[in-house]
Amino acid sequence: MKKSRVGFLFILPWVLGFVIFTVFPIIAALYIAMTDWSIIGRASFVGLQNFRDIFADPAFYKALTVTGRYAILAIPLTIITALLVALSVNNDYKGIGIFRTVFYMPSIVSGVAVAVVFKWILDPTYGVLNSILRLFGVQGPDWLYDPAWVLPSYLIMAVWGASGGLYTYLAALKDIPKELYEVATIDGAGWAQKIRYITLPLLTPILFYNLVMGLISAFRKFTDAYILGGAGEEGVFYMVYLYRQAFSFYKMGYATALAWILFVIILVLTLIVNYTKKYWVYSERK
Amino acid sequence: MNGYMSKEKDKGQTVRKTLLYLFYLVGSFLMLLPFFWMISTAFKPDSEIFTLPIKWFPSSFYLQNFKRAFQVIPIFRYMLNTVYIAVLKIGGEVFVSALVAYGFARFDFKGKNLFFLILLATMMLPYEVTMIPTFMMWSYLGFSDSYVPLILPAYFGAASFIFFLRMYFSTLPVEMEESMVVDGASYFQIFYKLVLPLTKPALLTIGLWAFLGTWNDLLGQLIYINDPAKYTIQLGLASFSNMTGETLWGPLMAASFLALLPVLFLLLFAQKYFVEGIKMTGIKG
Repeated sequence: MKKSRVGFLFILPWVLGFVIFTVFPIIAALYIAMTDWSIIGRASFVGLQNFRDIFADPAFYKALTVTGRYAILAIPLTIITALLVALSVNNDYKGIGIFRTVFYMPSIVSGVAVAVVFKWILDPTYGVLNSILRLFGVQGPDWLYDPAWVLPSYLIMAVWGASGGLYTYLAALKDIPKELYEVATIDGAGWAQKIRYITLPLLTPILFYNLVMGLISAFRKFTDAYILGGAGEEGVFYMVYLYRQAFSFYKMGYATALAWILFVIILVLTLIVNYTKKYWVYSERK
Repeated sequence: MNGYMSKEKDKGQTVRKTLLYLFYLVGSFLMLLPFFWMISTAFKPDSEIFTLPIKWFPSSFYLQNFKRAFQVIPIFRYMLNTVYIAVLKIGGEVFVSALVAYGFARFDFKGKNLFFLILLATMMLPYEVTMIPTFMMWSYLGFSDSYVPLILPAYFGAASFIFFLRMYFSTLPVEMEESMVVDGASYFQIFYKLVLPLTKPALLTIGLWAFLGTWNDLLGQLIYINDPAKYTIQLGLASFSNMTGETLWGPLMAASFLALLPVLFLLLFAQKYFVEGIKMTGIKG
């Protein structure tokens, strides 16, 4: 058999999977979004009615606001935290391996268990967070039970799990040529200048990657939001809203239209970030 | 350089080191606090859980919460269900991903670059958009309330794993493979007998990621599984509060502790593979 044909055979499983689980569902989703399908019964074509309903639905704007606000605050917070942690453990001090493992730990555990543990930590009365605050004479808020404190509750969780990119940053830091720092030292640069003019610019490709990934995962946030909720509608993230429309109310057409809107939002934001790339991301080809 | 300068410098180093260690200790405390609080609560009777000021440590080795947790949900059963899904899924996912990655790494064929571009796009592309039609497709085929929709798609490879393995393959020297071609081995034999064994560390890495993905997934399992007998550990924990009405924090923390144990063990004993994988590609994690 010709070598080129063998190559195609090797990738054939993925091509099939792509057709079955991506192309076909995307085409189906275009149609479903324009029907009033409810699992049982037949779908009837309603044109753009679902989109008109969505844009007239206050709950949609609320879910979008909750998710968008979270994204705007959580993404920079987590990126800065991960970067600071990485810079702080980028040395060979005694016991540094243990500290790295500890800092990395929260990003590997996730799911429902972590969400319920945080619900308990944030308990207004018996939670450990407010108890620690009380030690300092501060009366902590009601966190998830107070609409004004729902967002900060989620941000605390986000920062706790922020160091997921730790080893990515560490690997990138190791790749920075030592000579650059040596030359900078000879030229009389302090550590702040070295970070500003050497470390940060050379880390921008990783920062860019984490920015895009952070964007996608913030808008797709589901597990924590599903388990924790929050006072009023403050804890109804976009995916939770979508999930309920589809699997609690069986409004498949409406939910699919919601999915398309989310997709367009993520796509546009990613394209915008990608457009800014040339202004701030370091590239060797420059 | 004179002595005065270097002494100043040493002093600066010591101050810096002390501050950093302080940061490590405070940071570690904050990172470990949720785990500590979970375990501490799991071993406390209600009288010690709901008391002010809070008790940091349980006064005795109290096991009733665990007993109660097992009465609320069959924890081990749910863990076994999850492991069952993971085992059936991961073997196929890892093997097929390696197969496809090898095709991309070692062969030239028409449209290869386009296919690879599409593959990259699917890594970012709309899970939320395909979720509902895929669900409809499975229920139309009669697979509602079944593990099949959670397992079968894995046998077509996973984009992120293919991407990762392709990079790994391109670091392997081709000479040995070429000499096997000369000896008359088929390409599949080369892949199976030579390349796969050489790829073991990378396969272990993605196997671990796949396991964590299955263990921690909620949305997919929530959509496809309804029968409580088929629940996974995530679904079991998610339904825990509904089963008991008000939240029983002691038993819930006991159940969460048990659900996290396998993951924590993996982190401790297989950390090398997580870290190696990340270093190799700079992606994930």
